[in-house]
Amino acid sequence: MINTSRFTRHVSRKSGMIHYWRDYQKEIAEDEFFYVRSCIRQNFFPGAENLFIDILRNKLGKKVFEDADHTTCTGIGYHSDIVPIETTMTVIARQFALMKERGYRNLVISCVTSFGLYSEILDLWKHDPALKTKIEGYLSEATGRSFDEPANMVHASDILYKFRYEIAEQAVNRLVNNETGLPLRVVDHIGCHYAKTFPERGIGGSEFPQVLTGLIKAWGGETVDYPERRHCCGFGFRQYILQSSRGYSISHSRTKLESMMPYEPDLIVANCPGCAMFLDRWQYTLEETDGSVYGPGRTKIPVVTHEELAGLVLGYDPWEIGLQTHQVPVEGLLDKIGIRYDPEKKYADRQGKLIGDTVAVTAIV
Amino acid sequence: MPREKPYIKSNRQEIPAFAGMTSDAQPVTGNRQPVTVRVAVVGGGPAGMAAVGALAAMHIGVDWYEKEDRVGGKLNNYHQLFPDRVPASEAFGQLVKGTYHNHIDRHLGKAITSVGVNAGRISLNGKDHKIGEADAVILATGFDFFDARHKEEFGYGIYKHVITSADLETVFADGDKLLNVNGSAPASVAFVHCVGSRDEQVGVSYCSRLCCITGIKQAIQIRREYRETRVYNFYIDMRAFGRGYEELYREAQENHGVRFIRGRVSEASEDEQGRIRVKAEDTLMSRPIKLTVDWLVLLIGMSPSCSAVLSGKGEREKSFTNAENPLTGSAVKGQPGVFLAGCCAGPMSIPESVASGRSAAVQAAEYLNKKNGNSE
Repeated sequence: MINTSRFTRHVSRKSGMIHYWRDYQKEIAEDEFFYVRSCIRQNFFPGAENLFIDILRNKLGKKVFEDADHTTCTGIGYHSDIVPIETTMTVIARQFALMKERGYRNLVISCVTSFGLYSEILDLWKHDPALKTKIEGYLSEATGRSFDEPANMVHASDILYKFRYEIAEQAVNRLVNNETGLPLRVVDHIGCHYAKTFPERGIGGSEFPQVLTGLIKAWGGETVDYPERRHCCGFGFRQYILQSSRGYSISHSRTKLESMMPYEPDLIVANCPGCAMFLDRWQYTLEETDGSVYGPGRTKIPVVTHEELAGLVLGYDPWEIGLQTHQVPVEGLLDKIGIRYDPEKKYADRQGKLIGDTVAVTAIV
Repeated sequence: MPREKPYIKSNRQEIPAFAGMTSDAQPVTGNRQPVTVRVAVVGGGPAGMAAVGALAAMHIGVDWYEKEDRVGGKLNNYHQLFPDRVPASEAFGQLVKGTYHNHIDRHLGKAITSVGVNAGRISLNGKDHKIGEADAVILATGFDFFDARHKEEFGYGIYKHVITSADLETVFADGDKLLNVNGSAPASVAFVHCVGSRDEQVGVSYCSRLCCITGIKQAIQIRREYRETRVYNFYIDMRAFGRGYEELYREAQENHGVRFIRGRVSEASEDEQGRIRVKAEDTLMSRPIKLTVDWLVLLIGMSPSCSAVLSGKGEREKSFTNAENPLTGSAVKGQPGVFLAGCCAGPMSIPESVASGRSAAVQAAEYLNKKNGNSE
């Protein structure tokens, strides 16, 4: 048997990863954030963004501003070829203008699709300044506004990464199995548009991203490196948006779930709302289709977003942060961590009135 | 990380004076005719060895600089040389023989980091001090292996069973076994061609030329050692250009059952047993494929290591150095008395490096003759 560690260029797994991560670090602003929401995150996981803002303001003491005039970035329309790129650029230029008008320079983006699109447009302008000038003209003509490019532009998960140890210091819960004392085994899934287009804009790059791994480790868990770790979640705009292509979407999700299954993960965390949505919802569909489940002990694997994971660690009530909107029930995960919750309040509104019941939900055609 | 044991034990034992020989050592060959001009040769690999031997044979004094404590360069870590599978130690022995000459002073452990040309004299400098002077210099600084960690999708340095062709060569050279995770013969091994060659993504547009034949040779070696092991080579296109290379390519397919798949590997990952899962496209069959192998071998290309010496600039400034007239000579433009030999001018095989080293020696001699007003 050969000892690979003696190879001149071969390095240990840990140092190899550190080598990658060293090349992919980025500056993340300390405070004063202009936050832009995600169309799909606020629909799929309606508690996540308020939770993020609350953590920043009330747990970390940061100044965060969100503008009611902010609109979609057009990302889904752009990737579906129904919005021309000049229109997309002008819309995004308008978001920059709103930030400028409010006196902010540090942009924090909730959606991974938006983050990828903002990055793409800044890159296009960098390589083609005349294009930027043209868009400045369009924006001025349409709205009378002017804009500056952000001094610092990051994804919301980058912010949690930057302050992961501060959050750990305030942790009420850790990502540890309450009964065994062992770290939870966490699958981290990074949205493709976070770093696959521009690896240098993602913490840890595109192949072995560090951004969610950093959160998981800082909060007591361990990550699962499974063969299809880098595979798409299955969202893929064209695959999902065209109903006739949805089979591609679900087959990709299944590829991932089958690959992670032998590692018996306790949960999945994703920084992209689309990824969290499809890894969550398709588990239900797959079980309904052929009875497949992928978690340990014939259970499904709970899926949470990065904000929700931080919320659980910081002791927020699971139903206050919207975990009842997930398809895969999260109670098993809450029990593992030892988080107390009131089952009766899962579908109750703020006044305690029941507003939904899984039994009452029938197929939506 | 320095190798713990040199694998070419025979050379070190048979020629004990070689590694530490200095100008005070007893000459082995050559007459005692005084020399009036001196040429520096930087680099102790095949091109450097060939150059110093040729210069000494022409009665030119040589100062031979090598950064390591022994000469031979990367040849010291090779097992067998394609296409005839001659032991690397044998080729080393043939080359080093010509370097035992009383006109040659060896300066081992001396790294030349920059070269200056001033009024017909060449100064050779170390990191922060001058090391020597010469009338002309032949740069034979060779190449560096491409750092496979830049091709992040293959996980080199992260997955234990992803290694490079240079690593595999040391396995063969040391007589080690390439076993699977259970300690038995590997069921399958895959080679990835063009890792750090012809790849704009990592800033390498050129072909390193020797990786194809290295992959063929190493695939055959595995099949010879483990008859049951399936061996796959993922290639863009095969560039078997040298003497006997195409024949070896055919032999690999016909006699050794090596499977060649035309297509690039997109990603490697590790499964729960520590084996390597490979995703690729078979472009002849027009379909994506997935494969699980016990070992993945990355055929790494050649990176330049020469122009840093010329310019004194840092690592990032490196590129292969062009001669003034690369079709007909190896003199460096704007640097009279500076000549290139071997892989610092571009990827070369060992016979090409040897020929290049000898050619540079002749060109340096011609330059000195002309400079000294000797038309002969």
